[in-house]
Amino acid sequence: MELCSFLTLDSFITDPLTHDFMRKALLMSSLVAAVCGFLSSYLTLKGWALMGDAVSHSVMPGVVVAYALGLPFSLGAFIFGVGSVALIGFIKQKSRVKEDTVIGLVFTGFFALGIVLVSKIKSNIDLHSILFGSPLGISLSDVKQTIFISLLVVILLSIFRKDLMLYCFDPRHAKTVGINVFFLHYLLLTCLSLAAVVGLQSVGIILVVAMLITPGATAYLLTDKFDNMTVISVLSAIISSLIGIYVSFWFDLETGGSIVLAQTFIFLFAFLFAPRYGIFKLKKLFAGYK
Amino acid sequence: METINYQNFRIEAENICVDYNGRVALYDANLRLKPGQICGLVGMNGAGKTTFFNALTGFVNISKGKIRINGESVRAAQKDQTIAYVPQNEGIDSQFPISVWDVVMMGRYGSMNIFRCPRESDVQAVKDAIERVDLTDHLSTPIGNLSGGQRKRTFLARAIAQRASILLLDEPFAGVDIRTEKLISELFIQFKNEGKTILLSTHDMIHVREFCDLVLLINKTVVAYGETSEVFTPENITTTFGGISPDFLFGPES
Repeated sequence: MELCSFLTLDSFITDPLTHDFMRKALLMSSLVAAVCGFLSSYLTLKGWALMGDAVSHSVMPGVVVAYALGLPFSLGAFIFGVGSVALIGFIKQKSRVKEDTVIGLVFTGFFALGIVLVSKIKSNIDLHSILFGSPLGISLSDVKQTIFISLLVVILLSIFRKDLMLYCFDPRHAKTVGINVFFLHYLLLTCLSLAAVVGLQSVGIILVVAMLITPGATAYLLTDKFDNMTVISVLSAIISSLIGIYVSFWFDLETGGSIVLAQTFIFLFAFLFAPRYGIFKLKKLFAGYK
Repeated sequence: METINYQNFRIEAENICVDYNGRVALYDANLRLKPGQICGLVGMNGAGKTTFFNALTGFVNISKGKIRINGESVRAAQKDQTIAYVPQNEGIDSQFPISVWDVVMMGRYGSMNIFRCPRESDVQAVKDAIERVDLTDHLSTPIGNLSGGQRKRTFLARAIAQRASILLLDEPFAGVDIRTEKLISELFIQFKNEGKTILLSTHDMIHVREFCDLVLLINKTVVAYGETSEVFTPENITTTFGGISPDFLFGPES
């Protein structure tokens, strides 16, 4: 019955909009995607993909505890997100274990704690929606929190846009000219934790790292200007969200997975056909330039 | 040159030590440089050259000793934009999506407001700096598309735009073309005449003889320090490089 109803592109797009939950999902996911996409430029240039993965997994116990205590889940997630990073730093400094190993063991430890807590704490927590996201079932209080956090991250990133770029590019110079590198480091981590918190509603904890790195990686292949990179990253993130939600609606697919898959396809497209850095440009480069 | 007060040291480092979690990188190092002096920092990889730079810029904290920059603390020097650091080419991500103009503008960030909005004077400073390193044709070129020499000049321009009185240069001559090398050496003479103080690390012994008034030989601590003609002897160099003969280091052509 559904298959008949999107015979035209018009109805493909407008039909879902008649549902209240779909309108909300499209709006909220676009907002979340925009925030994650904005941050994504910094994370990919800083090389913080693994850090993004770590933080996003580590927020799990925070979400569970916050739900159990009736606190805003973003607060719990934030504390555990930043806490995991602090713990990673501490263990790295005090032991001879290599950094990537420390990151891996800390975030899996936190994640495991979260799963154990879910099984023990009797509440209305839906493990599935935390792990895989539930953009279609987002509640009103979640909407308010998400809007608040998203605006906060966007404002912070906008104010410190240039400083963060400098921090990613050349922290030594930043320090030399009296810019507070310590502050910028934790600002970026804070934004990462907050973005992970809002992102997990869309695509869930397991896939939220994709929201934080794929749009930036795509944009990186398409431009040599930082500002353009940010714009492309945000746009590709929003477009992926919209595509993912529509496709999941019509074909009855897992929404979070669809959104991330859409991002992956856009990345692959850039990887193959980017005018300057795409695979099919490489041949020309070898033939003509060098 | 006559107007410079030689009583005041630009850089005063007294018995500084730096350790990274208990691993000593530098100990009991001393250095005093006056305005207009060019000093070469020579040592093996891992001898503490970069650590020395990091201590002077405040990028790492010293565990012992004292550093004065123009008579002030390192913190005050940072606020005053006193020191400019020119990284070695390997030390930066050349694929970062940023243009020559934007890199040089970063030299002005420290004196801008929190949003880093360039004022007229900042734009002028950046223009002038880029002109001095002869990159005016490459204002909007991404740094990834520059040659090694052009990239080095971009970072020199950033230091010029910063209007720092002390320049720290990490391997300024490594991997640059003849044209850049000539331009850098001309700039050194101008900097000297402007009363700037330069500390540069290098592996190339010929450059030390050519440009440096003073030389600081280090191997975790100061091996020798003084006028290049007096200190830069084969014996001292051999000690600095842990017993390797200077003939080997200088290469057969010198």
